[in-house]
Amino acid sequence: MAGFLARRLLNYLVLVAVAASLAYMLAATALDPRSNYADRTPKPPPAVIDAQLTALNLNDQVPLLERYAVWAGGVLHGDLGKSVTGSPVNDDIARRAGVTFRLVVLGMIVGSVGGVLLGALAAVRQYGWFDRVSTALSFAVLAVPVVVLANMLILFATWLNDRLGTQVFLVSGEYTGGLDTGFWGSVLDRIQHLVLPTASLSLALVAVFSRYQRNMMLDVLGADFVRTARAKGLSRRAALTRHALRTALVPVMTYFAFTFGALLTGATFTEKIFGWHGLGEQLINSIFTNDVNTVAAIALLAAVAVLCASLASDLLHAALDPRVRAG
Amino acid sequence: MTPATTPETAPAHAPASAPVLDVRDLDVSFGDVPAVRGVSFEVRPGEVLGVVGESGSGKSVTASAIMGLLPSSARVSGSVRLHGRELVGARDKELNALRGRAMSMVFQDPLSALTPVYRVGDQIAEAVRVHQRVTKEQALVKAVSLLDLVGIPHPAERALAFPHEFSGGMRQRAMIAMAIANDPDLVICDEPTTALDVTIQAQVLEVLKKARDETGAAIIMITHDLGVVAGLADRVLVMYAGRPVEVGTVDDVYYRPRMPYTVGLLRSIPRVDRGAQRRLEPIEGSPPSPAALPPGCPFAPRCPLHVAACDEAEPPLFETGPGHLAACIRWEDEAASEAEAAEAEEAEKETQAPAEAEEAREAERAVEAAVPRGEPVLRVEGLVKDYPLLRGAVFKRRVGTVHAVAGISFAIREGETLGLVGESGCGKTTTLLEILELARPQRGRVVVFGHDTARLGPAERMAIRRDMQVVFQDPLASLDPRMTVHDVVAEPLRTHGLGDSGRRVAELLTLVGLAPEHAERYPQDFSGGQRQRIGIARALALEPRLLVLDEPVSALDVSIQAGVINLLASLKVRLGLSYLFVAHDLAVVRHIADRVAVMYLGRIAEIGAVDAVYDAPAHPYTQALLSAIPLPDPARERSRRRILLEGDLPSPAHPPSGCRFRTRCPKFRTVLTEDERVLCVEAEPDVLPVGEPAGDQGAACHYAEQLDVVQPRRNSR
Repeated sequence: MAGFLARRLLNYLVLVAVAASLAYMLAATALDPRSNYADRTPKPPPAVIDAQLTALNLNDQVPLLERYAVWAGGVLHGDLGKSVTGSPVNDDIARRAGVTFRLVVLGMIVGSVGGVLLGALAAVRQYGWFDRVSTALSFAVLAVPVVVLANMLILFATWLNDRLGTQVFLVSGEYTGGLDTGFWGSVLDRIQHLVLPTASLSLALVAVFSRYQRNMMLDVLGADFVRTARAKGLSRRAALTRHALRTALVPVMTYFAFTFGALLTGATFTEKIFGWHGLGEQLINSIFTNDVNTVAAIALLAAVAVLCASLASDLLHAALDPRVRAG
Repeated sequence: MTPATTPETAPAHAPASAPVLDVRDLDVSFGDVPAVRGVSFEVRPGEVLGVVGESGSGKSVTASAIMGLLPSSARVSGSVRLHGRELVGARDKELNALRGRAMSMVFQDPLSALTPVYRVGDQIAEAVRVHQRVTKEQALVKAVSLLDLVGIPHPAERALAFPHEFSGGMRQRAMIAMAIANDPDLVICDEPTTALDVTIQAQVLEVLKKARDETGAAIIMITHDLGVVAGLADRVLVMYAGRPVEVGTVDDVYYRPRMPYTVGLLRSIPRVDRGAQRRLEPIEGSPPSPAALPPGCPFAPRCPLHVAACDEAEPPLFETGPGHLAACIRWEDEAASEAEAAEAEEAEKETQAPAEAEEAREAERAVEAAVPRGEPVLRVEGLVKDYPLLRGAVFKRRVGTVHAVAGISFAIREGETLGLVGESGCGKTTTLLEILELARPQRGRVVVFGHDTARLGPAERMAIRRDMQVVFQDPLASLDPRMTVHDVVAEPLRTHGLGDSGRRVAELLTLVGLAPEHAERYPQDFSGGQRQRIGIARALALEPRLLVLDEPVSALDVSIQAGVINLLASLKVRLGLSYLFVAHDLAVVRHIADRVAVMYLGRIAEIGAVDAVYDAPAHPYTQALLSAIPLPDPARERSRRRILLEGDLPSPAHPPSGCRFRTRCPKFRTVLTEDERVLCVEAEPDVLPVGEPAGDQGAACHYAEQLDVVQPRRNSR
């Protein structure tokens, strides 16, 4: 088992290196930091621009491979380079990564747990009202883009706030600045801010997971081992949770890694809409400012995150399924 | 509730004691389709009731109805009483308390009946803990002792294994352990050995007998195999179209059947103790669909004794003898005709005895005469096929080799049928695929119609394919559902540029016993037996000389199977075909083959003329295999001595040194001396001629010795 994981990890490291390198190359060739200086008045002399760009490792006069070597060397030492303004990328990214991952991880947990529960319940009462309603809602959610969904949530929340007369849901930012209500007050404030973005991120996930879990569950509901469990004298509920759901979870867990990537993309829009200063927002900003190093850093981080998720799903899979452990 | 009897006091037949289970007028329907109609029977403590019927006869639904495990879409009425307690309509909570404690069940497919993600020991312990207030540790200890009881070696270790680490036979043992965990009064076994190989089946049946002796439980044994029930059951219930059609003691039902369906079933089973001299008698037609039952007796359309009165009303169960019921208005005629037949047979036997011997000698001479004549249509010499065992996703590494076929040789002559038999995993299908490929084998030689496959060009290969056709196991999966029967049968003609003639298709369909009108229909409109006939018609379209048949009847019900076997036999004679007949069922092979090759772990253990091999097998594996096959003959089955093999088939990736069979060989274990064994461990035996006079029969055993294990009639009674 340890050997299996070590091999997997090695494969993943290779993949991360390839993905990040390609992202850097793409960003470095497609973005043009030199144009940032074109609109300046007074226009700086070309020699100064060159010197500045070279200092930031952004000079398009330097061969791409050379720039890449400098960048890669820096990354290996934990230095992601400098942004177009000259500030280190590391600090900015570290702060923003915290914001994004808080959102994504929470969305992930809520989405997968909610989806699994919803799907399992729907499968147990196949073609019952709950199954029909959840199916219809899932497809509706899947058909709506995150952007629209988030705005609908905002509209709904403000309408609800108006009806209730208090601000239950806060629709902008991560926390209210200058709040002085003690520890629990600020926790409450953060939760109020968190509800809507998390919901908008996880709703689509719930929809996907519930479909998948429902199908997996239906596959095992008629399985012989569930009948065996009932023949032992287990109640229907115990047989369904202990034997059917437990077995149906295995393939769903492998799905985990794939959705993580989709969630990161979804987070880009969510952050923009709810005014969170996370990686997604910064990615869009840095593309506009031709900030090659920040784009590459975010791509690298995303690759690492997706592959961590894959590793986590491998581990979960192995923990849930003894047949994998043996292999 | 206390158990009605303890094992010590429970006699095998206890008519006086109250029944454990009493089923009265049980009806089960799914929507408007009745699956079970008016089933009534009772089972007494310690009794074994065999429930026999073909697929769709309602036997499994009956079992699920008793356990209360039917899906909610099923409507159940009637009465099922366990120790006098009504189960139909009982609350789920009440049933939960009974299931697994008072009554338990063993299912058909052991591969899927255990939850894959839990340890085997834990799953058995769970069955204990559901009903008994014991700690986890105590339950596990109990689970280990149960595994020991059902004959799992190293039970403490094996209890920690997961289901995928168990072989099919071991999983079924674990299922039995689970079923008897709480000392139930009733164990329902639903086709418990159908998915297993014969030698494993023999082991599992032994375990079931042991389990019954240990717990004193009554057993309901559901099966389609009349042989399995013969040796085990006290009474038999035959089901047809959702109804019991005959009930009685085993001897009554097998020796004095009164329902024409039972008679037909018994006559249509291929038997390993009877060769081709006795033609199988198939039952006409196929079982009715439960949604469209014929008026009157459901068996009437297929019944040889059918009269007009049969169509008027469904016959009730008539008492034809003490404790013997049959649902036929003409049961008395059946009794009379049976007496006649018995007399005729007796007379025949007397006159036949010398004639038979004469015939046998003649046949022998004929065989001898046939031996040198003509070039074999197929010759396989030292054929080897290995598969690499690979590991890893990106970088594949070879971690081992599966020796699927490890050097086998045989030949089929013109007009001859060679049966290739063996248990699953012995390499018979690989052999067949290697031959069909018509390419250079890894090692060895395949010679088809005198052409070495290693030297074939594409045009020659195409020409040979015309002369060598194949029939597959699954009749439905091997026919394209979107093609009409005409297209299916005409496809080979078109492929080989022979035009697509309606006349030829009609001719072929008639040849295999179908009507020419059937050409317009689609495969799904046909029953299993008819589909297999379509497959045979397709194979015959190009007038081949050699047919390769891959388990052609194993997916069919007994009554249908007999018809297809007879068809194949008559086609062979009429068209002068040669067959390579691959099968796991030795009884079927005995009926159709002239010669037989028994495979074990990629090698041929024994080869020879069918009668020689079956009557006097020389290899210990052939002997065990033949003795493991249950005969549909209760008296003989009870008195027979079984050679039980220990353990499971070794992995073909790591075959034992020397003789591959030695790890399971009863002779190696018990008869041979220490010095004699050395040879078995060190040298792999070749197929050498055995028997007097040394003829066609050969066995791959250093200490081959002919032995009669089937006990043909002349030896018994």
